[in-house]
Amino acid sequence: MTDKKYACRISRSEPGPGDGGRTGSWRVLRPVIDLEKCIPAKRNKAACFNCWLYCPDGVITRTIPPTIDYEYCKGCEICAEECPVGAITMVEETVYIKEEK
Amino acid sequence: MHVIEAGNVAAANGVKLARAQVVAAYPITPQTPLTEKLSEFVDSGQMDAEYIPVESEHSALSVCIAASSAGTRAFTATSANGLLYMSEQLHWAAGARLPIVMCVVNRGIGAPWTVWNDQQDAISQRDDGWIQLFACDHQQIIDTVIQAFAIAETVSIPVMVCYDGYLLSHTYMPFDIPERDAVDAFLPEFSPEYALNPAAPCNLNTVTLPDIRPDVRGNTAPGYMEIRHNLHTDMRDALDVIKTVDQKFYDTFGRGGNCYLEPYQCENAEYIAVCMGSLSYQLRDVVDVLREEGLNIGVCGLRVHRPFPDEAVREAFGGAKGIIVMEKALSYGYEGALYTDIKAALYHCDNRPFIHNYILGLGGREIKTQQLKDALHQSCTAKIAPEDMPQWIGLKL
Repeated sequence: MTDKKYACRISRSEPGPGDGGRTGSWRVLRPVIDLEKCIPAKRNKAACFNCWLYCPDGVITRTIPPTIDYEYCKGCEICAEECPVGAITMVEETVYIKEEK
Repeated sequence: MHVIEAGNVAAANGVKLARAQVVAAYPITPQTPLTEKLSEFVDSGQMDAEYIPVESEHSALSVCIAASSAGTRAFTATSANGLLYMSEQLHWAAGARLPIVMCVVNRGIGAPWTVWNDQQDAISQRDDGWIQLFACDHQQIIDTVIQAFAIAETVSIPVMVCYDGYLLSHTYMPFDIPERDAVDAFLPEFSPEYALNPAAPCNLNTVTLPDIRPDVRGNTAPGYMEIRHNLHTDMRDALDVIKTVDQKFYDTFGRGGNCYLEPYQCENAEYIAVCMGSLSYQLRDVVDVLREEGLNIGVCGLRVHRPFPDEAVREAFGGAKGIIVMEKALSYGYEGALYTDIKAALYHCDNRPFIHNYILGLGGREIKTQQLKDALHQSCTAKIAPEDMPQWIGLKL
């Protein structure tokens, strides 16, 4: 039987937002979901959720509609690539910086 | 039950009694009869295990890594180039802290191609992070295999059980197969603290950053260096675990009691020959003859190679006049690796004995008793300069 002292002496991590740390200000492109196109949002029932499934940082919720946590999103574009209806577009962060100003 | 069987059969019976649940192995001489026996046990229903045939040794250990990660007791076995083909996964299994047990049936490494015995295969994998135990006879093979699972599972570190190819694997010798109930009491079911579980998904051993960091729950996750440090300190702790397991084995089965070193005629001996594996039993005959001739000499077989039992080495050899290390392997460009280790351990003694090194039996070169006798006699009576180490026995240049 494994002695408790020697249990889990390895690198072990769980999926969830922020495992790679907060993004900060370096994200160049921000994924934005168009709810007119998004299948679960449009049909108001659980559907593809490819964005949730593929997000490597676990920042997209499996909800109707799906939401993105920009605090941790790295802007990798995988969700936009995987969305079957092209509902996610990558928008230049500079647009939002101007807005905030 | 007393039987007369080959060393590979002794190992297979140990694995059967330990109730290994997954066996994955690729046949390689001289390990082949061991895996054949295990597949026979599984096929006939004598062993309740999954036998997974694979296309290579790399895959064999990969299967064991997956099986062990899923919380099952996994076993594999190999020799020589098969062990080297596993090399990447050997490091992985140790870093992932998976208590896999593997028999290494010692054989020389190609090139040039050889199938005969030496110990270069295991020695070349010394720094993988595996515990390495060496058996001297068939009884020790079966007993050590059973103990290996207990040691591995306690400290979450994989264990190699090494024994000499042909000299032990293919020769027949009487040994006792312990009773199933007694082994079950000695070795309880494998119950790891963490195992792969679809209900609680997690990442195991993914990219680990140089520094520590908070995980998703806000707890501090160790960095690469912390994990490696823990493997080292746990390996050192394993010395105590090896002793405890050996004591428990002795209490249950009445065998064992020399967990690190197996001395023969070493009490107050002025000179001690040191080696690993079956050679130490051959040397017993030589020691008997030399003692009759008036040399106060003993022989000591080293059972545990990693973690290195340095304190036990100092205790056993520190009072001697001379130590003669005989090895079937070497670190090319320097000397025998065991010689280096023993020298380093003895550095901390007040009165250091002289220490000699002999390389012998590479690629199955026959080791004659007379040669051993001459070598030991030379070491005990003549001065050999350190720069003349290692000496070679049976070399025909």
